[in-house]
Amino acid sequence: MSTTSIYLEGLSVLGPGMANWEATAACLRGEQDFVAAEVVLPAVMALPATERRRVGAAVKLAMATGFAAVADAAADAAQLANIFSSTGGDCDNCHNLLEVLASDERLISPTRFHNSVHNAPAGYWGIATGCTSASTSLCAYDATFAAALLETATQAWSSGQPCVLIAFDTAYPEPLYTQRPIPYPMGVGMVLSPQRTAASKAAMQLSFSQDALDVMADAGLEQLRQAIPAARSLPLLHLLASGQPGRVVIEYLAGCALAIEVAA
Amino acid sequence: MQALRLSAYTLTSALGAGLSSHLDALRQQRGGIVKKHWETVESDVCVGEVAGLDQVQLRPELAAYDCRNNRLAQLGLEQDGFVASVQEAMARYGTGRIGVFLGSSTSGILSSEVAYRQRDPLTGSLPPEHRYRETHNAYSVADFVRHYFGLSGPAVVVSTACSSSAKVFATAQRMLAAGLIDAAIVGGVDSLCLTTIYGFSSLQLVSPEPCRPFDGERDGISVGEGAAYALLERGELAQAGDILLTGVGESSDAYHMSSPHPEGLGARMAMQQALLSAGLQPADIGYINLHGTATPSNDAAEGAAVLSLFGTTTPCSSTKGHTGHTLGAAGGIEAIICALALRAGVLPGGVGTRQLDSALPCHYLLQTREQALRHVLSNSFGFGGSNCSLVFSQVKA
Repeated sequence: MSTTSIYLEGLSVLGPGMANWEATAACLRGEQDFVAAEVVLPAVMALPATERRRVGAAVKLAMATGFAAVADAAADAAQLANIFSSTGGDCDNCHNLLEVLASDERLISPTRFHNSVHNAPAGYWGIATGCTSASTSLCAYDATFAAALLETATQAWSSGQPCVLIAFDTAYPEPLYTQRPIPYPMGVGMVLSPQRTAASKAAMQLSFSQDALDVMADAGLEQLRQAIPAARSLPLLHLLASGQPGRVVIEYLAGCALAIEVAA
Repeated sequence: MQALRLSAYTLTSALGAGLSSHLDALRQQRGGIVKKHWETVESDVCVGEVAGLDQVQLRPELAAYDCRNNRLAQLGLEQDGFVASVQEAMARYGTGRIGVFLGSSTSGILSSEVAYRQRDPLTGSLPPEHRYRETHNAYSVADFVRHYFGLSGPAVVVSTACSSSAKVFATAQRMLAAGLIDAAIVGGVDSLCLTTIYGFSSLQLVSPEPCRPFDGERDGISVGEGAAYALLERGELAQAGDILLTGVGESSDAYHMSSPHPEGLGARMAMQQALLSAGLQPADIGYINLHGTATPSNDAAEGAAVLSLFGTTTPCSSTKGHTGHTLGAAGGIEAIICALALRAGVLPGGVGTRQLDSALPCHYLLQTREQALRHVLSNSFGFGGSNCSLVFSQVKA
């Protein structure tokens, strides 16, 4: 059973060799070779200077991803319910707290503690945008992107309003890196509307599926797809970059993949 | 919104395992917060600890998930016939049509806290038995519950600090409304760990004594732990006496990471939206289960919001004086306390509060009252300005 349609209004990507959606789309269409260059994360100029100093890579990545998607949709971030989704949140911050808690002194920084909540990027987003709408922060381990897509679509249908999805992942330093090796930070943003608008780029219908997952033909992109939860979206991005209608099956949970029917 | 039936529900906290120990504690105004030595914390600390977690054994095939949080998750699941109710729903709908949406703030991070103390002195590596994915990762508790039942439908963990397991009710409501599922296991599990005990202490938000919500001399929280679950199905199935989720409201403060908006604007918006989605007026609410953490600023902001919306007449209390602040589990724990209040006609009097704050003239109950209820409201507000209010109602006879 498929859902009703959800309309894609804005899209953003920030990841290795993916400086923005246009460059990423060119790679996905095979017009440019994919080269996994390092990711440059801009400072969050939308935050007051005191807050800006307190945020690390995860918040910078989430903010840049979100603002790019909102800009692509020509939407107002202050009006959009938002869905943040990440496998580990701010992993550097978590590692620091764990080190301090394993030390004799255990003098943890209050700023690090309040930044340790999984919804810290969402909290900073609210401060930066002034948005008082509903905001949620999710984790589903490797299924984090598909979980966010489902949450965003259902939120948009329920509220009748467009919503912004911000899926982002960063890596822990060692020793946790060994258990959760995420090679690059990566973020994917989408503004989804329950109604078709003049800005709609595509219509999507979602359903759970037992079908085989779509994978990436390019070995480098396929490596990313398997290693970064946000990159589980690549087969969908590939279809969207083509501008063609079609159906794609992306990884969700064991025994439950997510099929997405894309139409104009 | 389309109402949902709480077809089964249960909770476990410092007050005990299961509904009856909680109802008894609410009636007797018995608290579960104890000042004690916990783990390796240097000085004694007031905690709402769940008894017996060290003895809980996970099923052998789930051994990889073994940690305090998942032990608490299992202990909580196995009360009040909840497992059987889920299995009946699985038989009715199929394993792919039941979602698992749980809230947790710190999941099983205690396992990584301990593992970081056991790093190899030469390589810095963690002990080989450490299982990040199944214990520490935020999703681990939903993964555990999904595997416990052998479910194959959607699942996610909402981690929005102290509103986490209130917001899962909204997630489930939307997934049901979209026709993606027929039922959902919702709730929250959060367990004691060093991150929260030292973290809230670093913010000077931990009381040296059991917490005193809405007291004029309140001085911080007591960290607690707990597990709460509800099985949600469509409201049309409800019969007289059943408990329904009838309203949800969510908002963001957009103000500060760890302090609430001083006038409680975000809290007020969440409550208003919950009432709106339930189609109710403030006067329809017979009891408010406050977030009521007992920090000076949280209670002041929530009190201001409640006063501005409900005035001084609606009975309210916080049950964090009973359970401690169970953080990511608090929304779920207090949702089930609301269901109990509706079912038993009990308005819980607060525990720990001696002298009400004269600046917060809410109708805060210091004595438990027995009285039939029709609609109740539960508040959950978290770090990052994440707010959620839920309305529960009992179907009339």
